[in-house]
Amino acid sequence: MSAIRVTGLNLHYGKEHILREISVAVEVGEFVVIIGPNGTGKTSLLKALAGLVRVSGEIEILGCPLAGYKRRELAECVAVVPQQVPIEFPFTVADTVLMGRSPHLGLLAVESANDYRIARQAMEFTEIGHLAERRLDELSGGERQRVIIARAICQQPRLILLDEPTASLDPAHQVRIMDLMERLRREQGVTVVMVSHDLNLAAMYGDRLLLMDKGCIIQDGPPRQVLTAGLLDKTYGCRMIIEESETLEVVRAFPVPDRFPLS
Amino acid sequence: MIESQRMTRKLAVMVSSLGGLLVLAFLMGLSLGSSELGFGEVIRAFKGELDPESVASAIIWQIRFPRVALAAIVGGTLALGGLVFQALLRNSLAEPYILGVSGGSAIGAIIAMLLGFSPFPGVALASFGGSMLVLLLVLGLAAGRSFVQRDSLLLGGVMMNALCGAVIMFLISLTRNTQVHHILFWLMGDLSMFSLGQLPMLLSILPCFAVIYILARPMNLLLMGRENAAVMGVNVKAVTNILLVATTFMVSIAVCNSGLIGFVGLVIPHILRLMVGSDHRLLVPASILGGASYLIFCDLLARSLPAGGEMPVGIVTALIGAPLFIFLLWRSSR
Repeated sequence: MSAIRVTGLNLHYGKEHILREISVAVEVGEFVVIIGPNGTGKTSLLKALAGLVRVSGEIEILGCPLAGYKRRELAECVAVVPQQVPIEFPFTVADTVLMGRSPHLGLLAVESANDYRIARQAMEFTEIGHLAERRLDELSGGERQRVIIARAICQQPRLILLDEPTASLDPAHQVRIMDLMERLRREQGVTVVMVSHDLNLAAMYGDRLLLMDKGCIIQDGPPRQVLTAGLLDKTYGCRMIIEESETLEVVRAFPVPDRFPLS
Repeated sequence: MIESQRMTRKLAVMVSSLGGLLVLAFLMGLSLGSSELGFGEVIRAFKGELDPESVASAIIWQIRFPRVALAAIVGGTLALGGLVFQALLRNSLAEPYILGVSGGSAIGAIIAMLLGFSPFPGVALASFGGSMLVLLLVLGLAAGRSFVQRDSLLLGGVMMNALCGAVIMFLISLTRNTQVHHILFWLMGDLSMFSLGQLPMLLSILPCFAVIYILARPMNLLLMGRENAAVMGVNVKAVTNILLVATTFMVSIAVCNSGLIGFVGLVIPHILRLMVGSDHRLLVPASILGGASYLIFCDLLARSLPAGGEMPVGIVTALIGAPLFIFLLWRSSR
């Protein structure tokens, strides 16, 4: 059974063809990073997998057709970490994390001691225990991102979908978030699918990268196979250097502005 | 670190303190007025120790009790109505009166009254129809600009309110009905014309309270946005529709019985959020209790401030609520 199996997926917004004939499978326990230029449908693909947009084509999540899931059933096994969470009506950190239990609770049920235990573990896992009674709008970006991830972990999902979780974070916090995902995958076998613009983090953590361009997946494979100079130059429309880092044993990719001559 | 049972404890503290406030409001509402009765007399009336033939008993049971009870139910309804609209529209300035929902409800009620319908179900249904129509128009005006766009929503509501006011005045000017003064007084929000015959209609509000309380957790999730709520397992469309219909229904029943009383749904949730936070499992019961107490107190002011008479309670709530609205709007634009 695959965590995700997509066949012939198409998405239109009005006349725009956002996703074109996407077919891809993600196995249970994989760490997959979706990369590609802005506006190529990465977020749309993630939303399609979360059942948030109406698409044509087939999507199977954990062996069952997505259309057959009720919203609550889906939330019991798939967690989504969105780019941003509104904070006009601020909850405390503890309340926000506890919301992750709601798919598992009946409408009138009060959280049990077990639900609180799971929430506490999620907060320890993401190192936000000391923030429990703080309000969401008082936190820094990195702390808030960890709260939302704690909420997702509290759902006890088998699949977690993240939309640029490290955008606007400093390097230390980026690594911290990525380490959390890696640990979640290693310790609990959770499948991780992430959209990211950070090619180097993608290369260091992803088992597999999906490179998207203009609504299609144009390359799919391990980092070394996807991060190649010719392919990235063409896709991003920008000169890229791809280097093998000997100390880290990973491949690194970064853009080169025109004022630096390449010799 | 968080401990379990915190929710139950918070709920107990909140219900007992606001419940106490409501009891106090009830006692004051029953004892104060043009002829003052002591708390002792009111309590004796409840114990059945007061002579049923006495003047005090007549004042308490026939004049003041229906009025205070009406104030409590209408106050709770309007405060809860504001809370629900604020959650659904993610706009802390949304409120049945400001959105024009109350106005639409008044139009429906007046048309039905002028056509000579019976108060229940005729006037009530017409009033519900009027408020739903206005709500859908306002939401339609604001839609496509995303639900968060507070300005287009409020502007749409204010304009619908102006339109409703004009239509109401037009309807009134058409009639040679001797009840015009009565209708005008009712329009400004009036709790004095309640008779116990209207009680069954008023009690149809209580199931709405229950439905909204059951949906308190999904409302919490909706505060995080529609997509966020959906991925957390909320059937957004169903929950939104149920809440809109239940809220509009109870507000229109309240309008039928007490006319246009504005800003209760703005003032009460705003104060309560500062006190208990954003959790609707606390805010829903708190708004009902707090709104009930608040409107009883406002009605006390309305019938004790003017020397030798009384004024519509809607004037009191507007005098308190409108400045708060202006202040909140001013603060949010800075």
